[in-house]
Amino acid sequence: MSNAARVLSDQNTSTVPVERVVSFSKIFRDTGFRFVTMSSSDLGDAIDLLYHFDKELDIRSMRVTVPKGSAISSITSVFSCAMLVENEIKEQFGVDFEGLPIDFNGTLYLDEDVQRTPFCKIGVVKNFPKAQEA
Amino acid sequence: MARTTLPFGPQHPVLPEPIHFSLVLEDEIVVQAIPKLGYVHRGLEKMAEIRDHNQMIQIVERTCGICSTLHAMCYCQGIEALMGVQVPDRAKFLRTVWAEMHRIHSHLLWLGLFADAFGFESLFMQCWRIRERIMDLQEATSGNRVIVSVNQVGGVKRDIKPETQKWILDTLKLVEKEVLQLKSTLMDDYTVKKRTVGIGVLSKEKAFALGACGPMLRASGVAQDMRQLGYAAYPFLDFTPVVETDGDSYARTICRFNEIFQGIDLIRQAFAKLPEGELSVKVTGLPSGEVVSRVEQPRGECLYYLKATGKKFLDRLRIRTPTFSNVAPLLELLPGCELADVPVLILTIDPCISCTER
Repeated sequence: MSNAARVLSDQNTSTVPVERVVSFSKIFRDTGFRFVTMSSSDLGDAIDLLYHFDKELDIRSMRVTVPKGSAISSITSVFSCAMLVENEIKEQFGVDFEGLPIDFNGTLYLDEDVQRTPFCKIGVVKNFPKAQEA
Repeated sequence: MARTTLPFGPQHPVLPEPIHFSLVLEDEIVVQAIPKLGYVHRGLEKMAEIRDHNQMIQIVERTCGICSTLHAMCYCQGIEALMGVQVPDRAKFLRTVWAEMHRIHSHLLWLGLFADAFGFESLFMQCWRIRERIMDLQEATSGNRVIVSVNQVGGVKRDIKPETQKWILDTLKLVEKEVLQLKSTLMDDYTVKKRTVGIGVLSKEKAFALGACGPMLRASGVAQDMRQLGYAAYPFLDFTPVVETDGDSYARTICRFNEIFQGIDLIRQAFAKLPEGELSVKVTGLPSGEVVSRVEQPRGECLYYLKATGKKFLDRLRIRTPTFSNVAPLLELLPGCELADVPVLILTIDPCISCTER
């Protein structure tokens, strides 16, 4: 099996506490990794966030579990390109990312009238303020 | 100077698909661009929770018409890794052939749209006329012009017979000759150069840091191509990423143009080395675990994250398409450019909005 499909395991995925997400991202950046994207899944009472990094075609993941209703720091201060995917996860899963440079407040894909996060099995009612005007 | 906010899109003559940008201008210079997506969002990822993991192949193929077979390949590759399935070699080579057909027709489609964006309609028509030959090949080998539904977990559904291979190679010879005839126009024409040389320069460092991928990254001098990962038949083929160094719109055009010839060469190599054998293996059981699967689509790196727990349905399917990744570099390119260059710069990332919105 080639490296193109990598099954996640302890060898390629590290679990990180919520408060260390930025400092661990810095380690990835400083060791030459690029930010690829983030994945997320609903665990019921928490959201599982996976940050994917790549260096010379070697993909590594960082797992952070965020309890529903709590916030996590944005990694845009380390990888500015994470801005869109963090906004996407915010509106689809209701994870609040603190420090987003452009915060769409749940209107990147969805209409302003939509009040639920569509990818959570147990929907979280949004209570975001009005979207930022350009 | 007072700032003006100008809406660009979702309906615009240069945009084949809807995306909106709020452009903040000072005089005619863009100072900020804020995107708005969601006009064609279909919630395909969510369907993984209510559709059998085999039915999902047909759904992911519809993520994007232009790279349908590559979406299915990426998805199947992930499921195969979770289930420990070894795909027969013949299937790997055939997957490569269809993947490269997609790359050729996608680049021809983009070259045509790009020419049309700066008013070069005859070039647009020439590119799309040549592209029709590839669409004919896809229709003859898969039954469909656009949605090439050939992948399944464990291999491929269709074979390409020797006589069809010969016809494909003859057609590719013709395509190669016709594309070569466009070379001097694309590379030397005053109109093309005036609208592309030095426009939207993305340095190697910025392209890497902003997460650019595909020709957008390679045109800035980074020799990164997911085909180097060694999936399908690529480990058996002679292949080097096409790289340009200037990082401007012209370099991105040349990069895609040269990848057409690379695609033709890879198909020739694949047919020359095509092994005999089965098209697929029987797969039983249900997937379990988490996997990250990647392929190189015409627009760049595509990533699938699959999470399965031994049930018929996946727990989570996440698709990161190359255009989504290339929006961040685009937002870096737009500030400082003239309003007249905005359509060219948006097209220069080869945007696929259906892909991006899934």
